[in-house]
Amino acid sequence: MMRRGGIAIRAEGVSKLYRIGAPARAYRTLREALVDAAAAPFERLRGRARAAEADTRFWALRDVSFEIAEGEIVGVVGRNGAGKSTLLKILSRITDPTEGRATLEGRVASLLEVGTGFHPELTGRENIFLNGAILGMRRADIAKRFDAIVDFAEIERFIDTPVKHYSSGMYVRLAFAVAAHLEPDILVVDEVLAVGDARFQQKCLGKIDEVSRKGGRTVLLVSHNLAAVKSLATSGLVFDRGRLVLQGSVDDAIAAYGRLQQDGGADEAEHDWGAGAHTRIRSVEMIGDDGPTRVYLPGTPLRLRIILDTDGTPGLSVDVFLANAQRARIALWSLSHFDAMSLPAEPGCYELTIEAAPIHLASGQYCIDVATAVTMVNWDHQVYEALAFETPFSNVGGGSWDFKQSFGFGFVALPSTTPPKLARLDERRA
Amino acid sequence: MSPMDERASASMRDDARRPITIIEARPGWRLYDFREAFAYRELLYVLAARDLKLRYKQTALGAAWALLQPLTMMIVLSIVFGRLAGLPSDGAPYPVFALAGLLPWTFFANVAPTAGASLVASSNIVTKVYFPRLLIPLSTAGAPLVDLAISALLLFAVMAWNGVGLRWSQLAAPFFVLGVVITALGVGVLLSALTVAYRDFRHVVPFLIQFWMFASPVAYPVSLVPTEWRWLYFLNPMAGMIDGFRHALIGSPPDISGVVISGASALAIFCLGVAYFARVERGFADIV
Repeated sequence: MMRRGGIAIRAEGVSKLYRIGAPARAYRTLREALVDAAAAPFERLRGRARAAEADTRFWALRDVSFEIAEGEIVGVVGRNGAGKSTLLKILSRITDPTEGRATLEGRVASLLEVGTGFHPELTGRENIFLNGAILGMRRADIAKRFDAIVDFAEIERFIDTPVKHYSSGMYVRLAFAVAAHLEPDILVVDEVLAVGDARFQQKCLGKIDEVSRKGGRTVLLVSHNLAAVKSLATSGLVFDRGRLVLQGSVDDAIAAYGRLQQDGGADEAEHDWGAGAHTRIRSVEMIGDDGPTRVYLPGTPLRLRIILDTDGTPGLSVDVFLANAQRARIALWSLSHFDAMSLPAEPGCYELTIEAAPIHLASGQYCIDVATAVTMVNWDHQVYEALAFETPFSNVGGGSWDFKQSFGFGFVALPSTTPPKLARLDERRA
Repeated sequence: MSPMDERASASMRDDARRPITIIEARPGWRLYDFREAFAYRELLYVLAARDLKLRYKQTALGAAWALLQPLTMMIVLSIVFGRLAGLPSDGAPYPVFALAGLLPWTFFANVAPTAGASLVASSNIVTKVYFPRLLIPLSTAGAPLVDLAISALLLFAVMAWNGVGLRWSQLAAPFFVLGVVITALGVGVLLSALTVAYRDFRHVVPFLIQFWMFASPVAYPVSLVPTEWRWLYFLNPMAGMIDGFRHALIGSPPDISGVVISGASALAIFCLGVAYFARVERGFADIV
């Protein structure tokens, strides 16, 4: 009998501590390790080690506890850096928690990326076996499901062609097909639904739905695609800054996530983004008519408030990048290059207020990267996605047509400054 | 791992068979859980088979490469050390002597650096999916083992050519090959974990292997090493394994105490490698 009300996943006080700083310093050279080891006793004497350590430590997850019943499809939502991906990495055993424990009952498969381990030189057939084995399937299981996988991926004719000759669509379909035929008790999925064409995505969502409903399997799903979460999930977990803020129905979870996105609230003013060698960006806010906001209305001045520390090095610049939903940078604001200014040569904490000219952004999601730089030399402190905001509706001239970023027509509307003139030419030509 | 065959067909599921996974912070030094690695043995074959396929997929000469490398080295060593330097070869024809040393050495010199670089090279997998990470360096021995088997044919041909026939003592050769595999994997596993933590090991390894070759009886016989220093010499596990392998093929008795010291040293290196690997493996995904 299938156990009803059984607990598939139990998390008790799970926490994960990361040391941040420049990502390039995650691994060390031997020399650094030796120098650090030699310097450690002296540092401790001076009491500096702790202060420096506290500065670069960051709780990606803090004291997270929950239980997920067997057969549930749980949507995990939260903003960037909320800890969703860290949770999935812990549950799929890729990284250990720093504290706490998680107990999973049943065979677990995680899908943090489709096509993990695919090799371009190998054929579709070889990659199915390779990828299946990496995801934890046995050869006999893969062989049994082989035809179903090929059929699902719609690549029969190319099964013995090296995947480097595949189109990206075929590649993704094959990778998905293997994943969809994993039949674990617990499936952990991260954002992988974001790739592939819409029709195939739908097919995959349907497959996940079928697998979990018929098989009584538990699915943990991270996605920014709220429509997918809403249609698939039976319950939700909402994370914010490493903490679990809500466990409940999927509608409650989406509503809570929406509120988190809306309020750029005061409690969110301070982040821990690490620091550069000379500066530390503390917070970035968008300012609307009534204070901080996460909504930008096209054609209004773009106002930002940046709080940062500087050690007084002369000539430091601040650059602000506007990036679209695909994180491609589409606009630049620069303190040094455009305003011929730099940060004061006096150490301290400063507030930088910016008002940029109105832009007619297409509707959709945007984010802002902020970086400090030793002008023309190198970046100092870079914060990607320091601020995410939304332009809810975009039209020029009050029409009802919404110029959406997702149309692929561009990101900025070009409104006329004077009414366009139309003059008939054929008479004059004649 | 519970078999999925019954599961997939039947809607009734056997709860008693469900594995329980507990995930928590693990202490520093601990014994390696080989049962889990054993449960994933199929993946080991799949990874080794992948390497083998890739190796021969786009090479015009295919398996001939496995023969060319030791063959050319044998010719060079025979000319330089056998003829010009006139090094002794324990009574065997020098080409046989050289090739019998080159085969195990080539395996070691291929596997140890490849295994050492394997974790960093597989970072895209390590950060995306879990399986016992030890399989990654271990699987790198697969393709070189096949090469070794192919080049063994060359060895037998060269032996026949030089009038060294079949002997009962040759049945001992596989045990020395096993010792070489253990040594190469022990060093490779240790290097793979060190390379993740300290990237400079990538630069250390080629130098280390070159140095190691001079410390091993590849081109010269053990008999050239002063007797009172042999115990130290045999702490290099490759010394006892190459010497043992060579004597087994030629049919002369090896230095038994040397074989014992080298065998113990090989096991010690392997255990150290795995223990260090187990200690640092939980952090791989965070730094690789």
